[in-house]
Amino acid sequence: MAFTSLEEMVSLCKEQGKPLWEIILEDDMHDRDASKEDSWKKMCRMWEAMLASVENYEGNIMSRSGLVGGMGAKMESYGAEGNSLCGDFVTKVMATALKTGESNACMKRIVAAPTAGACGVLPAVLVPFYQESKCGEAKIIEALYVAAGIGQVIAYRAFIAGATGGCQAEIGSASAMAAGAMTYLKGGDEQQIVQAAAMALKNLLGLVCDPVAGLVEVPCVKRNVVGAVNALSSADMALAGIFSKIPPDQVIDAMREVGEKMHDSLKETALGGIANTPEAKKFTQGM
Amino acid sequence: MSLFDILGPVMVGPSSSHTAGAVRIGYIARVLLGCKPVSADLALHGSFAATGKGHGTDRALVAGLLGMKPDDMRIPDSFRIAKEEGLAFSFEEVQIPGAHPNTVLLFLRGEDGKELEVQASSIGGGRIMINKIDGIDVNCSGELPTLIIHNLDQPGLVAKVTTRLSEKNINVATMQIFRDKRGGFAVMVIETDQPIFKKNLSYLENIEGVVKVTYFKGEVG
Repeated sequence: MAFTSLEEMVSLCKEQGKPLWEIILEDDMHDRDASKEDSWKKMCRMWEAMLASVENYEGNIMSRSGLVGGMGAKMESYGAEGNSLCGDFVTKVMATALKTGESNACMKRIVAAPTAGACGVLPAVLVPFYQESKCGEAKIIEALYVAAGIGQVIAYRAFIAGATGGCQAEIGSASAMAAGAMTYLKGGDEQQIVQAAAMALKNLLGLVCDPVAGLVEVPCVKRNVVGAVNALSSADMALAGIFSKIPPDQVIDAMREVGEKMHDSLKETALGGIANTPEAKKFTQGM
Repeated sequence: MSLFDILGPVMVGPSSSHTAGAVRIGYIARVLLGCKPVSADLALHGSFAATGKGHGTDRALVAGLLGMKPDDMRIPDSFRIAKEEGLAFSFEEVQIPGAHPNTVLLFLRGEDGKELEVQASSIGGGRIMINKIDGIDVNCSGELPTLIIHNLDQPGLVAKVTTRLSEKNINVATMQIFRDKRGGFAVMVIETDQPIFKKNLSYLENIEGVVKVTYFKGEVG
């Protein structure tokens, strides 16, 4: 893996006069000894699977535990009434995050991005944007390279698993990836892309992993919504010219430090936080 | 981590460790058995026992034993499909001292009567570790082509095997050697960078002192 910092990625773009997605694609070709066509095709398959994971949602089923199900459908019909606080596009983003997260909990096929628990964040922003902007598939594939490249640096410098870094490592990373992807799709430059990612991650720093009964359901599904909406607001900030006072790589390093200092009961063990509430414990005992 | 470890894999939810990893364990156990399993007794340890049901770990393991991969949409239906395909299975909980929290012990019987015991762990992100085969430590990931050779513990066998591999330009990535007692039975676990073709496997099988050769080509996820 060639990139160990976002700064290195941005300066390579400047040096070679290439867009971010292209240098990330070239790094993948080198890393896996694959052709450009192979890499691109593989990313297309990820996109197709993401689209399908949203389309295959069923609003009338519940997860095996009975904790989640039907929220995506509720959000969708509420949004369709046209009277939401967040407006049409953001309501669609929220519904898509819920749908994908619930599909995951109901043992349907999803794309881990970067993990299964955070699988709703990227499709939540990309699928409604793809449908409404008519930007075309190639542009989305490029945005996926941007997202994955950001995720790779986070995985290298910090972590992407709730068990090692808390939810900030899962939903936080997914949100940073989505913020970068959306900034790219809206025409932001390399610096704006990594700034958006940094702000998204910073805003979710400290988020703990506290799943009820250890299941990827409560509070995980709804946190996909916050990851997606936070990605949009961070992207908009970067596009408005608002930057993180702390350089993006240092934000990632801070996420690592917070994760390392986080108590084990708050890292996927289901012993703290929401998982440790009386209601959660009652549910767990009844299972 | 590779780019597609970050964006991907495509998998049936809800958990890469408790679901996708469990499918891979079942799948590799089937490959190691070398034929269709007709019975499987599965013992779940740690978090696999505590939260396995809610994560579909049980269905995922059975799906893997039926030859499914982590993105197979039939995973939730695996219990029913097992019935159709004549695979009897049972689950129990165990405590295995010192084992990873996500560990399962599988006792398999194949349609040809062959029996196999595998202990494996799901170590995160869908990655797995095969800890033991028939009680012998192997500790391999299943990501690379893997050769498991049971042989008599006698001089020269390691050299004969590795010579053949080098002649065929196959690079050894990792190698472990175990034995039960001096002059007894020994096992070589070799992970390689290149796949090993059938004719080389039969050559290895025919080396005097080699009892059994098991091979799987890796990268099942």
